[in-house]
Amino acid sequence: MPYLGSEDVVKELKKALCNPHIQGDRLRYRNVIQRVIRMSKLDQWGQAEVLNFLLRYQPRSEEELFDILNLLDSFLKSSSPGVVMGATKLFLILAKKFPHVQTDVLVRVKGPLLAACSSESRELCFVALCHVRQILHSLPGHFSSHYKKFFCSYSEPHYIKLQKVEVLCELVNDENVQQVLEELRGYCTDVSADFAQAAIFAIGGIARTYTDQCVQILTELLGLRQEHITTVVVQTFRDLVWLCPQCTEAVCQALPGCEENIQDSEGKQALIWLLGVHGERIPNAPYVLEDFVENVKSETFPAVKMELLTALLRLFLSRPAECQDMLGRLLYYCIEEEKDMAVRDRGLFYYRLLLVGIDEVKRILCSPKSDPTLGLLEDPAERPVNSWASDFNTLVPVYGKAHWATISKCQGAERCGPELPKTSSFAASGPLIPEDNKEREQEFPDSGALMLVPNRQLTAEYFEKTWLSLKVAHQQVLPWRGEFHPDTLQMALQVVNIQTIAMSRAGTRPWKAYLSAQDDTGCLFLIELLLEPENSEMQISVKQNEARTETLNSFISVLETVIGTIEEIKS
Amino acid sequence: MISQFFILSSKGDPLIYKDFRGDSGGRDVAELFYRKLTGLPGDESPVVMHHDGRHFIHIRHSGLYLVVTTSENVSPFSLLELLSRLATLLGDYCGSLGEGTISRNVALVYELLDEVLDYGYVQTTSTEMLRNFIQTEAVVSKPFSLFDLSSVGLFGAETQQSKVAPSSAASRPVLSSRSDQSQKNEVFLDVVERLSVLIASNGSLLKVDVQGEIRLKSFLPSGSEMRIGLTEEFCVGKSELRGYGPGIRVDEVSFHSSVNLDEFESHRILRLQPPQGELTVMRYQLSDDLPSPLPFRLFPSVQWDRGSGRLQVYLKLRCDLPSKSQALNVRLHLPLPRGVVSLSQELSSPEQKAELAEGALRWDLPRVQGGSQLSGLFQMDVPGPPGPPSHGLSTSAPPLGLGPASLSFELPRHTCSGLQVRFLRLAFRPCGNANPHKWVRHLSHSDAYVIRI
Repeated sequence: MPYLGSEDVVKELKKALCNPHIQGDRLRYRNVIQRVIRMSKLDQWGQAEVLNFLLRYQPRSEEELFDILNLLDSFLKSSSPGVVMGATKLFLILAKKFPHVQTDVLVRVKGPLLAACSSESRELCFVALCHVRQILHSLPGHFSSHYKKFFCSYSEPHYIKLQKVEVLCELVNDENVQQVLEELRGYCTDVSADFAQAAIFAIGGIARTYTDQCVQILTELLGLRQEHITTVVVQTFRDLVWLCPQCTEAVCQALPGCEENIQDSEGKQALIWLLGVHGERIPNAPYVLEDFVENVKSETFPAVKMELLTALLRLFLSRPAECQDMLGRLLYYCIEEEKDMAVRDRGLFYYRLLLVGIDEVKRILCSPKSDPTLGLLEDPAERPVNSWASDFNTLVPVYGKAHWATISKCQGAERCGPELPKTSSFAASGPLIPEDNKEREQEFPDSGALMLVPNRQLTAEYFEKTWLSLKVAHQQVLPWRGEFHPDTLQMALQVVNIQTIAMSRAGTRPWKAYLSAQDDTGCLFLIELLLEPENSEMQISVKQNEARTETLNSFISVLETVIGTIEEIKS
Repeated sequence: MISQFFILSSKGDPLIYKDFRGDSGGRDVAELFYRKLTGLPGDESPVVMHHDGRHFIHIRHSGLYLVVTTSENVSPFSLLELLSRLATLLGDYCGSLGEGTISRNVALVYELLDEVLDYGYVQTTSTEMLRNFIQTEAVVSKPFSLFDLSSVGLFGAETQQSKVAPSSAASRPVLSSRSDQSQKNEVFLDVVERLSVLIASNGSLLKVDVQGEIRLKSFLPSGSEMRIGLTEEFCVGKSELRGYGPGIRVDEVSFHSSVNLDEFESHRILRLQPPQGELTVMRYQLSDDLPSPLPFRLFPSVQWDRGSGRLQVYLKLRCDLPSKSQALNVRLHLPLPRGVVSLSQELSSPEQKAELAEGALRWDLPRVQGGSQLSGLFQMDVPGPPGPPSHGLSTSAPPLGLGPASLSFELPRHTCSGLQVRFLRLAFRPCGNANPHKWVRHLSHSDAYVIRI
């Protein structure tokens, strides 16, 4: 139990929150919660723990909800960032039906978050930036007036600069777009190529809304004739003309001359695609492509060659006279001499297509040149706060959703079960069926027709009474070696919905445990596990309140499997 | 919550390792962490890393890595707060936090960790509660001596009695239980401000930001009440008005939870009963509206001949501080275009030094008096494709890579916001000992002072 300030406070808390009678009585439980919140002598760790506990509590009425929020108000002004963020998360989750309360809380947490973003501690700065980005997904205008705080300084580590650039890209609005673009333009000529490229992509992101200014800036950047800048600018242009066709003209004017400065695969692909699709507006398009065709033998990237084939064919459709000859040469090379099968196949496909007739080719290759609706698909504007409220103040925003998804997939297979609170009766007041449970059920062998359901807490008295009244239905002995951790066994049994009523501590001899489980038809199983001092065996006695042999047998097999698995794991 | 805690030196050698949960699975977790850290690609953040079901969260402090691991999805803010609090605690107990002090005080560190964290849960980090449990004494390298005037650091000051305490004065262990008569009762109060400025190439001010902290390090017995008086006219927020004249203003203030603010509204007095050790009493910040002019202005003039590749940079640095003040350890860092290998220089005064280091110009001025102007002329050749021949030098756009100039400096006895500590009074004299010494210091230093060319 975490230390919550003083001895008597801890005693009171333990008594109240672990007492199943209080659990059962809503009113008493609520009073305990109120008392917990009012505890004034907690230090910041105690406060953070309290806020964490309260996440599971569900207030029954709106009045109670606002009551709790009022009491917790002072936590939002705490000087400890952990407490402030914990309080914010609690507010967001408790007030999930009141979006205006959520917005209000997010306004109040702006100050502390911004202070954390300018903190001396780099690590705190980074974590705060991740959370700022999370908030911006729902409230894009939230930090717009504080854009200056997100300007990068040269001494910051790379990962912080990248986060700040992303934030700048997301908080742009009409008032600050000029300054933000100025700032980003400065970053584009930064010494570090990665950072410069990130800044250019950010400008590309802003260009979807403020197209003209951004295209102008990007065109100027092309004038610098720097390789790492040109390639990214051309890629940005390619993405931009697809989403914002109105800038095609400007882009086409800017393109001539870039080909000399691009050496990498991505850049070349982007340039070739642009020349193919919009080649009719670019006067020297055929000549640029001709250069590529001349050098196709020494081209190392198959992706570039594929792009070249498609682009040249498209250009041929609009400017046949200039392209016919080199198209022929390219097709010849791809079919006869190219070693990469994908390129060869594409060349062959285009050749056969041409044989069918020019009209067919036109019909197939002349796809739309832009699709502004894709922009709407890509950025789901303004996700509701409730979608990420439970991730706030956890490690999820720090990793990013994608990375977190891969992590939790790996973890789901390894973890041996949900975190078991020291007093399992917390589950009573809040809906806290861990998701892992449901997944894990399939991993254990299916016990035929038997479906164990998580039963409501069986009180010790009821168990004792029932135990004494029933006769032993089945007894069995399983081989057992050495020591084990009772917690592991408890968790494993929990996974298959067998509750532990009582269990001796590890190391005591004789070791005993009492378990209970309930069938979905209401059939109750009571189990005693006994481990004698000298034996290397575990004695299992099972009692059933309805005499049904089949279900009994299925249950025994489930129990055996679980215990057998524990036996294997630990040995 | 926490599974393991360990401290690594800057080279990755484990100094301290404590396992709270026993779930390391027999692997060397510290080694795993260091390998992952050094192998991380450049754009991923090392702050929170994941490996095999375990999350590693760390901070860097004084060249050491303080790392916690956890397998649960806990609040990163709490963990980072815990790590910084542990760093401060270890600093308090061992004198200062560094590889040497930790290696000398391993037993003390483990005892501290035992008391602070129980099975991975934080019990308490309050120095008050902890001193009842900690028995081990801290080992110091040498007794501190007033004659040891090493470089200026944190917590060292001049006082009204014009005595000087060196930076090592405050770096002795706070909480030794030796009832040593020679141990002076002292309290150090620092007002430290960090200044971030961004100036555009046309000289206009884009951004100015001051982050200030009032830090207290107390060697007095705990519970001694003290009162800190700040400048009476200082206002909080944009609309408050106190006294006459523009006054001193900060945008936002936040206080430590133990500070009593009863007299803050009326007389700007803070009352507190600090525990022994370090404490940040107040944090404030101010943007966009400095009462005093910026300490430095740079007037660069760049002439570049594309044809021959000759680049001439003339930098004039003007210090706008009041003439009595000075700036120390001023360094100007100017990245140069790629390929520059040598440069010739003419500096206006002999004590300055300029050199080319790692593709950038480093101009060191150890001391700059307020109101003075210093200049330097630097000439170099920029290799690269010869551009169109121009007629000699011209002031066209500067070459790519001539980056923004960054200044770093310290301003002793000066606060950019104007906030000053008027007095520091102790409520009663601790019995038996001589009058406790009070050292108050004001200091500003640059955080990121960038001037674009």
